[in-house]
Amino acid sequence: MTATIKYDDVETGQEIPAVDYPVRRVNLVMYAGASGDFNPIHWNERFAKTVGLPDVIAHGMFTMAQAGRFVTDWVGDPGAVVDYGVRFSSMVVVPDDEQGAVITVSGVVEEKLEDNRVVVALTARSGDSRVLSRARATVRLP
Amino acid sequence: MALNRDFVGRASAPSPPYEVSRVKIREFATAIGDNNPIYRDREAAQAAGHPDVIAPPTFPIVFSLAGGSILADPELGLNFAMVVHGEQRFEYSRPIRVGDELVAVSTVTDIRSVGRNELITVRSDVSTVEGEPVCTTYNTIVERGGAG
Repeated sequence: MTATIKYDDVETGQEIPAVDYPVRRVNLVMYAGASGDFNPIHWNERFAKTVGLPDVIAHGMFTMAQAGRFVTDWVGDPGAVVDYGVRFSSMVVVPDDEQGAVITVSGVVEEKLEDNRVVVALTARSGDSRVLSRARATVRLP
Repeated sequence: MALNRDFVGRASAPSPPYEVSRVKIREFATAIGDNNPIYRDREAAQAAGHPDVIAPPTFPIVFSLAGGSILADPELGLNFAMVVHGEQRFEYSRPIRVGDELVAVSTVTDIRSVGRNELITVRSDVSTVEGEPVCTTYNTIVERGGAG
């Protein structure tokens, strides 16, 4: 699977439809193990509350990974990503129930650059909060 | 406690080489819920023009987490209990792939106060043991109340 989106087919202002990414406690446990970030605020409700958090919160990098997946699924080839940055603007609170939380990611083509590069501006929300700001990915397309 | 500004510009020694394995990439991709075959299947990766399986864009966090040794130096004055992640960025020269042996050199590029918080930015230059540049990561962490 090479990149399925072509540079010439992309227009500035083009919207990439939103995708919902559910997140439950088990996902945070898996992410802790895979990333090596075992901070208890990401899996221990008792500890999270003692440091003033409403509940367990997702790793910022888990949220960044979901928005990254949104981009790589759009492009097809994850190797197309040449630059990806975010600011963590709000927490994703993950309750211990059947629903967990949902991270909703959408995007818009912000700019077309030389060398077949395209800048995608990303929006990520959970509940009423915008959980990433200044989220931008630059991809190089065929 | 305010962070020690003398640390701006300070660089770490090169990290011990991190060997990127097929199993770790698959584990990481599964943990982020990503089923892309390019993270699992050599043929799918080759069909996309890669020599072998590549890693997701945020994978470097596995081995470049916040420039370790510098941030742990007691002279810096960072209280880890109050730390949250502020910003993160990855700039790629090429994708990370199976078999890479990667070395990171981390440099403190900035320390500043924003309101009552202290912010510190660490750049990590990641290259192969042969010296080929692979990616640069920028990690900004926030020490809540550190400037208060």
